[in-house]
Amino acid sequence: MNFAKGVDLTLHEGTPILSFEGVTVAFKSPGHSADRPVLSRLKLTVDEGEFICLLGPSGCGKTTLLNCVAGFQPYEGNIYYNGARIEKPGKERGVVFQEYALFPWFTVEQNVEFGLRVNGVQASERKERARHYIEMVGLAGFEKHYPGKLSGGMKQRAGLARVLANEPGILLMDEPFAALDEQTREKLQAELLGLWEQQRKTCLFVTHSIQEAVYLADRVIVLQPNPARIALDLRIDLPRLRNRHDERLLQFQSRISDALREGERPYGEHLSVITA
Amino acid sequence: MENTYPSLPHKGVRPSLRKRLLPIGRRAWTRLLIKLSGLAVLLLAWGLITGLGYVAPSQLPSPIATLQTMSHMLGDGSLVVHALSSLKRVFLGFAVAFAIALPLGLMLGSSRLLRDAINPIVELLRPIPPLAFISLAILWLGIDEWSKISIIIYGAFFPLLLNITGGISQVDPVHIRAAQSLGAGKLHIFWHVTLRAAIPNMMIGIRSGMGMAFICLVGSELIAANEGLGFLIQEGRYMFKTDQVLVGMITIGIIGYFINLLLTTLEKLLLRWK
Repeated sequence: MNFAKGVDLTLHEGTPILSFEGVTVAFKSPGHSADRPVLSRLKLTVDEGEFICLLGPSGCGKTTLLNCVAGFQPYEGNIYYNGARIEKPGKERGVVFQEYALFPWFTVEQNVEFGLRVNGVQASERKERARHYIEMVGLAGFEKHYPGKLSGGMKQRAGLARVLANEPGILLMDEPFAALDEQTREKLQAELLGLWEQQRKTCLFVTHSIQEAVYLADRVIVLQPNPARIALDLRIDLPRLRNRHDERLLQFQSRISDALREGERPYGEHLSVITA
Repeated sequence: MENTYPSLPHKGVRPSLRKRLLPIGRRAWTRLLIKLSGLAVLLLAWGLITGLGYVAPSQLPSPIATLQTMSHMLGDGSLVVHALSSLKRVFLGFAVAFAIALPLGLMLGSSRLLRDAINPIVELLRPIPPLAFISLAILWLGIDEWSKISIIIYGAFFPLLLNITGGISQVDPVHIRAAQSLGAGKLHIFWHVTLRAAIPNMMIGIRSGMGMAFICLVGSELIAANEGLGFLIQEGRYMFKTDQVLVGMITIGIIGYFINLLLTTLEKLLLRWK
């Protein structure tokens, strides 16, 4: 069953906002006639307001999973967001990219206003809302700057403001802090939690850092590659902001790294464990 | 001990007289001076060579004689007439080339299939120098204005087409994804993302297209022209008026310089974010 170790069912009081049913994605692999499956009949349910970290080694399919939810990646099976099958990108599913993906030809303000502009929001309300979210991410005073002039941390703040201004139902974040230096990353992690406490938006956060996952998430989902399987679905019910050196946090970390190490076994051996 | 007193808060420090009169800094003036001195050395060398009688004036007139011819032709208005008729050809040719290259480039840039289909034609035509088309232009269009302009159109067309196509096709897919997930439709994405991302390449195309238009100008005016800077140069050769040849060449140089200046300024304005 899908009720993996660590999931306390009594905590499942939320309503599912996102559900994956038998999701399969296969990529063409060079030199092989058969397609390489990245995701294979994946099942997962995400509740409204949950902060979920998808954790796994490079190439395990976590970004592919996120891209399916974002609507960038065609897939077989079904992913339902609020009851509707995801077919294409939509503004109710906001995406924060690792490479920021800010429009370099627009100022910070114009970037943040972009979603509102293309959705026909009046100029005055647009300005107001952009100002609000720019302030919220701590970029007040940088409205007229072009992204090229900003540091990585500031770019990602702008990227976050751009998505939040659109007021999506779910935030999809693809290793948003991976390109930042350690100090900036930790600062932005804490600030992201601050914003999340205010808004309580559902978050799907892809990362390859165990520390980041246990610091941020309500629930850490560990993926194993070839094709992606859920190796561990772990609920982290510690209050925030968490102390990065908290003993309990470290225990969660070691459980996750154990689950990750499982996957380092030869493929065949693992298969026999599953079928046994 | 004046400087130990706290300074008075003034609303804005008045810039020094020199700075108010000359809005650019001392550094910029020095650079301008260095640039001008290069030009001065060239003129001096020209003056020395001609002044000391190393070359006959019929081969190379002195800078002063050339300047005299130039001011004379400016005075009677003939130089302006020639320059304007050349400019008209250049701009008309460039405008037509742009009007064809823009929609075609947008189409080719957004469709890989179209690119693959059209590319061989483009690659075969591109190495043929525009001046090689003069004979065809005369056969097809006669010797009037449009046969000249058609050479310029042809010359300006390929740099424009290739750079517009390249700009459109090289848009970062992550920007398209970002726009899509922010709720932008196809038209918004094209206008706010694809087109904006292509502007740097488009400007390269515009500048090299304009350069080609000028290169083709002189050649195109080989075709039975009776005015234009290229004509001036041709006529100067027939009539052994070397000074007139030089005036024509220098005028093209000066006009080209200012058009390039205009385009670089436009580029800076459009690409403030760079």
